[in-house]
Amino acid sequence: MDLTPQEEAMLEGRAGEAAKAALEFQVEVGDFFAAKDFVPVRTAHLASDPESLREAGAEFLEEMVGRGARFSIPTTTNAGTVDFAKAELIGQRDIWPKRARRILDSLDTMGAHLCNTCVNYQTIDQPLFGEHLAWGDTGTVIWANSVGGARSNFEAGPAALAAGITGRAPRYGYHLPEQRLATVRVDVVDVDLRGRAAWGALGCAVGRELNDYWKVPCLVGDGFKPTPDELKSFGASLASYGSVAMFHMVGVTPEVRTVAEAFGGREPVARLQVGPADIEAVYRGFVPEDDHADLVVFSGPQLSILEMGELAEMFAGKTLHPDTRTLLTTSSIAAAEAHRLGYATALEAAGVIILEGVCFYVMAPHELAERFGYRTLVTDSAKLANIVAGYGYNPVFRPTDVCVEASVTGRIAW
Amino acid sequence: MVAAGPEREPDAVLRGPVGVGPKVAGEALVSQHGFSARYDLDRERGMFLREAHDLHGQSLVDRVVVFPTAKGGIATSWMLQEMASRQKAPLALLFGRTNPVMVQGAVLAGLPLMHLLEPAPHHAIITGDRVEVDPAAGTVKVWRADSD
Repeated sequence: MDLTPQEEAMLEGRAGEAAKAALEFQVEVGDFFAAKDFVPVRTAHLASDPESLREAGAEFLEEMVGRGARFSIPTTTNAGTVDFAKAELIGQRDIWPKRARRILDSLDTMGAHLCNTCVNYQTIDQPLFGEHLAWGDTGTVIWANSVGGARSNFEAGPAALAAGITGRAPRYGYHLPEQRLATVRVDVVDVDLRGRAAWGALGCAVGRELNDYWKVPCLVGDGFKPTPDELKSFGASLASYGSVAMFHMVGVTPEVRTVAEAFGGREPVARLQVGPADIEAVYRGFVPEDDHADLVVFSGPQLSILEMGELAEMFAGKTLHPDTRTLLTTSSIAAAEAHRLGYATALEAAGVIILEGVCFYVMAPHELAERFGYRTLVTDSAKLANIVAGYGYNPVFRPTDVCVEASVTGRIAW
Repeated sequence: MVAAGPEREPDAVLRGPVGVGPKVAGEALVSQHGFSARYDLDRERGMFLREAHDLHGQSLVDRVVVFPTAKGGIATSWMLQEMASRQKAPLALLFGRTNPVMVQGAVLAGLPLMHLLEPAPHHAIITGDRVEVDPAAGTVKVWRADSD
């Protein structure tokens, strides 16, 4: 890679041992992807949950602190494993709050903003058109690239950590204009796209077909009108099922105005069509083993203030089934506002447990399943349904109203 | 048992761009599905827990694992290092084409990783084959398990 004098100095250790190690790491990754040089990034967003890091990761961060690691750019943290106020209620082992505290203390010393949210773009940090970022959590990256028009690769935990320290990222992939052109045309025909589950189902249908970080779909349809929360759901699902980092949606996303512009004059390498039957097939692909819901989870990504307001209305005056636990995860900022606006009171009156700064699938869900015998998990998050299948759950992905009904009756209607 | 190394010419040699990590040799475990440590594994034991995965119930510990693609999110980056710290990591990772997450994780964990090999590793390698992964040379040598 071509290095600036400043980067050469960093590699010689003149910015400290931690910066040297961070840049060495980035050079190795950059060389692998044939990056020509580094690009300065404005912010880093770091996934550092204890469920992923466990003991080895916690020790690694402490070592980095010991070597003098400090963030040189604003660095925010992603959703974590523990809501400290609710860990006991949820039944998490003591090891998780302890480990979470160690990790957060290390990152605090490095100067991170401990926001613990996977929707930093809704509450903390708006990605701007054309700027370069080093974000982790795929949902944040696909939002930044697609909706914001900013530029980031998947900078997973150690990579976002390194970028936060050095203030730069290797220039390859989605930092380059040519990688941002569409390669797959997706025609969406006659699909009723209302609600975050419908958009999540669309993300699943497209993501499963692409299954490739380097493919960029261009969605073409008749007057897409997603809300930001629906786009959040779509992007998170597409990234989860397809490891996709960017999409174009003509008329919605800012980088292109026409389909022709999206493909940059090239022909699509593949074409897909998604219709109502494909969306129905996504739902029907999640088969409940029995019709009792052990858990209903609204999470993945964390809910916005508006989403909590909607759910508060849906749960108003209802009482949850005693054998079905209902959880909701959100950011501390949205939770504070939900309390101020009365949404939280309505949700909690019904029996919904509101968790802050976490996302269900990083809460060590396999341990909760073992401890409480949870198996069937109903959710309106296509992403969450995808991930928890790897943690011993029987996930059932359904529209939001079916999930609410399952919370109240304990039964899965279909 | 299969002889490997200088005793016998490899049955196939895959070539590709320079990878990351040290040169290693071991037994292959080949999938036609994607890979994510978070989505697929019981990391405590290094076993595939996801019921729909074609390696469900198998262990990846000390195997050269081969996948067409990386899937899912970013968590694998931390998880490879964590598994390596308990000797529950794979010996090396080969992909048809990888995403950045796997590379970032492999670099942190010090594991070999290669991709864009010709011919594609998930077609050219069969579970049980003995393979030598040489990231610096950009080669993967394969000795068939079922040949003499």
